[in-house]
Amino acid sequence: MGMTMAEKVLARASGRGEVKPGEYVTARVDQVMGHDAFAEVYGVLKKAGIDRVWDPSRIAVLLDHYVPAPSVAYAEDHKLIREAVKKFGIENWYDMKAGICHQIMGEKGHIIPGDLVVGCDSHTTSYGALGAAGTGIGVSEVAYVVATGELWMKVPPTLKFVIQGDLPAGVMSKDIILYIAGKYTTEVAQYKAVEFKGSTVEKMSIASRMTMANMGVEIGAKFAFFEADQKTLDYLDGRTRGKAKRPVGLFKADPDARYEQVYEIDISHLEPQVACPHDVGNVRPISQVGDIKVDQAFLGSCTNGRFEDLEIAATILKGKRVHSETRLIVFPASWEIYLDALRAGILEALIEAGAVVCNPGCGPCLGGHMGLLAAGERCIASSNRNFKGREGSTEAEVYLASPATVAASAVAGKIVDPRQDMRMEEKRR
Amino acid sequence: MTIIRGKVWKFGDNVNTDAMAPGFAFKAPWEELKKLILHTHPKFTHEAKPGDVIVAGKNWGCGSSREQAPANMKRLGIGCVLAESFGRIYFRNSVALAFPSLVCPGVSEAFDEGDEFELELESARVRNITKGTKLQGEPLSPDMLAIIAAGGIIPTLKERLKTKR
Repeated sequence: MGMTMAEKVLARASGRGEVKPGEYVTARVDQVMGHDAFAEVYGVLKKAGIDRVWDPSRIAVLLDHYVPAPSVAYAEDHKLIREAVKKFGIENWYDMKAGICHQIMGEKGHIIPGDLVVGCDSHTTSYGALGAAGTGIGVSEVAYVVATGELWMKVPPTLKFVIQGDLPAGVMSKDIILYIAGKYTTEVAQYKAVEFKGSTVEKMSIASRMTMANMGVEIGAKFAFFEADQKTLDYLDGRTRGKAKRPVGLFKADPDARYEQVYEIDISHLEPQVACPHDVGNVRPISQVGDIKVDQAFLGSCTNGRFEDLEIAATILKGKRVHSETRLIVFPASWEIYLDALRAGILEALIEAGAVVCNPGCGPCLGGHMGLLAAGERCIASSNRNFKGREGSTEAEVYLASPATVAASAVAGKIVDPRQDMRMEEKRR
Repeated sequence: MTIIRGKVWKFGDNVNTDAMAPGFAFKAPWEELKKLILHTHPKFTHEAKPGDVIVAGKNWGCGSSREQAPANMKRLGIGCVLAESFGRIYFRNSVALAFPSLVCPGVSEAFDEGDEFELELESARVRNITKGTKLQGEPLSPDMLAIIAAGGIIPTLKERLKTKR
């Protein structure tokens, strides 16, 4: 009997020939990711009397949520984490000098196709873009894994989304995942794995796949896989050298794998999508959003802070000005992306248009710092959640959209369709 | 056999972890923080008492991996949460912290706010004492019940390390 990607990973990780949905297994984890919440993990380990970790080479820790530290309390957390890293001899440590965790795990070669990866962050599903089973857990369970290398898991059933067609100019992979959240609900994949397939995703960049895998958790998914194809191997080439624990290769589901449900989507005529307050599933096509003035436009996050995201924003903003009553804040997802965007003139274009370009990190996405919202304010964001109070005041509103929509809206001072800008750009070329 | 009884607070679908543990208040003192837990409900933050329980709709605890979500409710003294379904990380976290969260189809319909509720944890049998009705929830797996009985994942870890590494 064929297996899905989730079943293959969990069968290997639990040392079985075959697993089926609904079975409980004890899985050996390949990699663990910890960010600023590793301070809490350390607290749990201390409480449990743990003085050594299972494998310092399989743990990666960095700071991204609150960098540079916005308060003494967070500075104390960071100090604790630095102490823990030294004490346990954790080999993959980046301090605040790399970027957002989910970008860094792939960029620095800590993940290979078929890996089972856990992290103290819900968007750990991002690693599905590289064909890995990534999933978020809480800090106590991370402590358990750090101590033992194991975790109980229930084998999930898998949903397959087959996506066909060419994305229209100005429409991005973010629009596809928002469309899925709107049409199929934010719990369509609750307790399940998903696999994204079809001609659209085959053509997609790794960055665009990361956006969708990242938001897999927003439709409830435990894992959000893309097949590891030649593009994946090209991306990983040179990054995983000396770090991969197993041979790096193609990874996909068996042809006769069983899916709980298959959804077919044609995106050839997809409009840009917007998730309106205060739920990721409250999605409308941009033509039906209405006249929404925005005080802030936020470009960045683990969902959409990559090179192609900054590039499309710069294409739209070049030679224009951010609206006088709107603030545009930009957070590249990593130092590598930051430098590439700098060298390509992208940051220059953004700054000249009136953007505030900040250091790589999570920024205001989770209400930490650097651009929080006041009561009554509205933000258009390329991030992943628009829950009440997510980016500051509980009386503020967050609208989620693609980087192209965020950039076009920053210029207009209200939520607008970026397709016009992109069509004009195509004509110019 | 573990019996949990209490007065019901009702919530709808898709109550997220930001509502249970707002990111902007992670470092707030408890006295301030406790007024923000489930701030999306008009009365809960002012009137909930230790021993009360929560009955919710679909996808309770969707969102973040923040363990503070079930931890905050446990610290408030909430006895348990019964919902039509849960966000998976929230569900794992609640097991890890020994805070009972159980799936119970039909539970939203079966309870009104303020009803007297009773749960027999191991069997997942649910009773609406006020209305005199009964429901069957989905029992937790034996491993999950063992983690809860031990007081959470950390006591479980300590016990495990005594026997093997």
